[in-house]
Amino acid sequence: MNNSRRPGDNPETLRLAIRFAAREMRGSLKGFRIFLACLVLGVAAIAGVGTLSSSITEGLRANGQVILGGDIDVRLTQRPASLDERAWLGEQGNVAEIQTLRAMVRANGNNKRTLSELKAIDGLYPLFGGLTLTAESGAEPPYSLLAKTDAGYGVLVEQGLVDRLELGLGEQITIGELTAEVRGIIASEPDKASQGMALGPRTIVSTAALNETGLIQPGSLIRYHYRIALEDGLSIADFRENVSVAFPDAGWRIQDATNGAPGIKRFVDRVALFLTLVGLTALIVGGVGVGNAVRAYLDAKIPTIATLKCLGASSSFIFRMHYLQVLFLALVGSLMGLVLGIGGAMVASGFLARALPIPPEVTFQFGPLLLATAYGLLTATMFAIWPLARARETPAASLFRDTVSRHRWPRPVYLAAVAASFLAMVTLAIFTSQERWFAIGFVGAIIAIFGVLILVGNGVQYVARKIPRSRIPTLRLALANLHRPGSATNSVVLSMGLGLTLFVTVALIEGNLTRQVQEQLPEKAPAFFFIDIQSDQLDDFVATAEAISGVSDVNHVPNMRGRITRVKGISASEVSVAPEAKWALRGDRGLTYAATPPPGAAVVEGDWWPNDYTGPPLISMDRGVGKGMGLELGDNLTVNVMGREIDATIANFREIDWTTLAINFVIVFDQNTLQSAPHGHLATAKAETAAEADLFREVTNKFANISVIRMKEALQTVSRILEQLSSAVSATSSITLIAGILVLAGAFAAGHRKRVYDAVILKVLGATRKDIFRTFLLEYALLGLVTSVIAALAGWTAAYLVITQLLEAKWISLPFTIAATIFISIAVTLVFGLLGSWRALGEKVAPVLRID
Amino acid sequence: MPQEPIIQLKDIHLTLKSDAGPVNILRGIDLTVQAGKTVGIVGPSGSGKSTLMSIMAGLEQPTSGSVTMAGAAIEKLDEDALARFRRDNIGIVFQSFHLIPTMTALENIAIPLELAGRADAFEVAAEKLAAVGLSDRATHYPSQLSGGEQQRVALARAVCTNPKILLADEPTGNLDGKTGDVIVDLMFELHAQQETTMILITHDDTLARKCDRIIRLEDGRVVATETPLEQVAAGE
Repeated sequence: MNNSRRPGDNPETLRLAIRFAAREMRGSLKGFRIFLACLVLGVAAIAGVGTLSSSITEGLRANGQVILGGDIDVRLTQRPASLDERAWLGEQGNVAEIQTLRAMVRANGNNKRTLSELKAIDGLYPLFGGLTLTAESGAEPPYSLLAKTDAGYGVLVEQGLVDRLELGLGEQITIGELTAEVRGIIASEPDKASQGMALGPRTIVSTAALNETGLIQPGSLIRYHYRIALEDGLSIADFRENVSVAFPDAGWRIQDATNGAPGIKRFVDRVALFLTLVGLTALIVGGVGVGNAVRAYLDAKIPTIATLKCLGASSSFIFRMHYLQVLFLALVGSLMGLVLGIGGAMVASGFLARALPIPPEVTFQFGPLLLATAYGLLTATMFAIWPLARARETPAASLFRDTVSRHRWPRPVYLAAVAASFLAMVTLAIFTSQERWFAIGFVGAIIAIFGVLILVGNGVQYVARKIPRSRIPTLRLALANLHRPGSATNSVVLSMGLGLTLFVTVALIEGNLTRQVQEQLPEKAPAFFFIDIQSDQLDDFVATAEAISGVSDVNHVPNMRGRITRVKGISASEVSVAPEAKWALRGDRGLTYAATPPPGAAVVEGDWWPNDYTGPPLISMDRGVGKGMGLELGDNLTVNVMGREIDATIANFREIDWTTLAINFVIVFDQNTLQSAPHGHLATAKAETAAEADLFREVTNKFANISVIRMKEALQTVSRILEQLSSAVSATSSITLIAGILVLAGAFAAGHRKRVYDAVILKVLGATRKDIFRTFLLEYALLGLVTSVIAALAGWTAAYLVITQLLEAKWISLPFTIAATIFISIAVTLVFGLLGSWRALGEKVAPVLRID
Repeated sequence: MPQEPIIQLKDIHLTLKSDAGPVNILRGIDLTVQAGKTVGIVGPSGSGKSTLMSIMAGLEQPTSGSVTMAGAAIEKLDEDALARFRRDNIGIVFQSFHLIPTMTALENIAIPLELAGRADAFEVAAEKLAAVGLSDRATHYPSQLSGGEQQRVALARAVCTNPKILLADEPTGNLDGKTGDVIVDLMFELHAQQETTMILITHDDTLARKCDRIIRLEDGRVVATETPLEQVAAGE
């Protein structure tokens, strides 16, 4: 025998397996349409989200200097840098000085007024990028437009201010005690994104003009920014090191160009993480379809597999050659998904261009694309191994005798492979996300729901099997269809169930949040917030507000800003803090002092200090934040207030109900410690709708320096953001639902031949088309009902936990959402089920029986 | 010294479980075949012919009894060892041909050679295709071949590794009489050329009589062993 093989070599090489797999794939791959669609959808979602978010993040990083306005931004609150500090900053590079605050702006012509985000700049602004004005503003450099002329100082305003105050170029406005002329309309402000949430449109003045507004008062909430273009040879790291030596306790908040817009980056990262996990869920739902397609394909291949075994192929060779086909198709599906994902990212980037400081430029992002491909291949592997491992056990003797499937479990090695691919997916999902606990929670919930749905699927089949036989033939047949071998029950419950659960969860959370912001909060919230009330204005302010009929609950508290710099002696940048408390360490926070416990909060641990307390500094702290920082009663917290470090002891913890929107602070000092520090006051007032305009007018007329935030407007802004966010989330979640529908359609299509046969036999036995139709209708309705009820329950539980436990908000029941889910589920199951069965009803008897 | 038999079955029983209780398919079959001989196994449907062949091919494990094929006690081999054993020692011809639909005629013949790691798989396959008179059909897929052509390809595939034993299960069952005759002639011709031992399962007594010996099965038992007159005459 001419044989080139050495004894002992296994001739069933990988190359041979590839050759056989390639030959096998010459046949029709029609059965793999759902397989491909499921993978394409999931991979596209993950690749699209990953590409877009990475492109945005990269854009933010590449333009960090422009967005931040310098290599470094040093921010001080309520005080400018001291002479020493300023001189030292000047040694580090070119320094542009900026002051920001909120102030009321009044149009002199029509007396309209609005809250504005005021920004004072010097001649060096901006150090990077350019401040551009609209064409109608003329060609003069922006800074020179701010100069003092006969008409007074100039100001540059955003279009929003022009619209609100019905202004035109050349018209006069008043800011505090300053009258100025509108000389330009801002088209783009390079560093706008680094400044957080805006409560009003921008107004830009010169530093000299700000000094004449009279708004710079002791305790006024002014932020002093020092933007530095570092000297050549001085790195950001060098600067940070130098600061820690030169001014270790200055309480500066320092940001650098490597992360110019941390808020936006955090937001993008979080949304991307959530959407990636939703994409992964879609992929897992699609995985059920992948498994079904592979199973159906291999069922049709039984004669081929048996023949190959008869000709000497080993079981492992059979497994290898078919796994290679799955892997190849998964790769094709993943690649198609990548292309679609990148395309989707490009389309989405167009929509996001206006919402972001730097219009996102979609670029080739290797990392997210690799991750999406890995998810695609792992999903295909995880769901295909089971049917593949069973196919490898196909007895060669099946060529001679019809063998009933023995429902044998795959060998341990294949079960281990399923487990390994599952673990690999979970590990990837968790370790590629920055919010590990969120990822763990999400993955855990998906696994739990998947487990429940598997149990439900089997439970439905068990009950359908055990239920006493009905005398109604259509019901009996419908129930039998639910549990017979090869029924679509498990596939439908799993795929639609998981998609619907996510849909219900997202819909309920979104509904709850929107209702809170749009309906519940406005009822409880005060009509206005008043900021920057000077101590000597307080009594007059209260009297003015209370004198207006329809105004009530005028509350006020001292208000200043401070930064937590050390927790139990450990620097705030180094201390390990729970994720939910991290926000309290970012930047400065509002502080107050009080002799008695503030309303809207209950002391839950420790005691409040006596009315006449004069001892060392004490703090009352929000319990959630305090515990998140690992603080206990008696522990030490260091807060920098206007450059002064205050070491205080935790005297008690409070439980604050933030949803009332009443004035409340995470940190409340004892009345002795801060009383002498310069500070302003913050006030709130409730007002009947008719009294709102009077209150606004009276206060802004009388107190030019007091800024008024209209709560309804602020809530509308939040509501708008929430709506935009929720439509993005809903759109992504619907991908999971589409994946579910694909799987469902595939599962029904797979059973089509059986349906035709059933219909034909039933017709032979005297059933009318109406009888058969009713049977199918009942079967699909039962399936849809069970799936939706389970999904509604699971989704309700998940949403309830998120709202009440994670967000600590009150739960609002939304029965319509639940009802809609049940309706959608039944409708989808019926439509796709009946679409698949419709042809079966019309099938002529004789041709089918002849073929069989 | 007498030659070792190439097939030796001793007291083979096969009982399958079913919902209605155990079903005895084979009940104590003894069979010995010397190398190079041809044996026809005949019997009515359900008599156990195909099952007996499955056991000889190592496709089915007997409930009890021993099976020695080409010197190997195959009832002790695991599934993959059985596959290798078949690859190296046994060729099978099926009633329904069982060609792989996605492979051409030439590729179908080459399968066992490729599985055996033969570098000359396609050259040998081409020779065998020529031997069954189908050189011009090398690139045709099974669906493009007639039933007779498909069976000729299957026959070439079964003998391409020069197996010691050729098992044929109703090889003419799906063919018309004339085409069946061509296949039978070809089988006996190849048997003669390669000195293969051939077991022929058939309903057709005329066909069985071409063999050296006829075994009659009924209800899972050997009810008669005959030497056809043609063979007696030839022996004389």
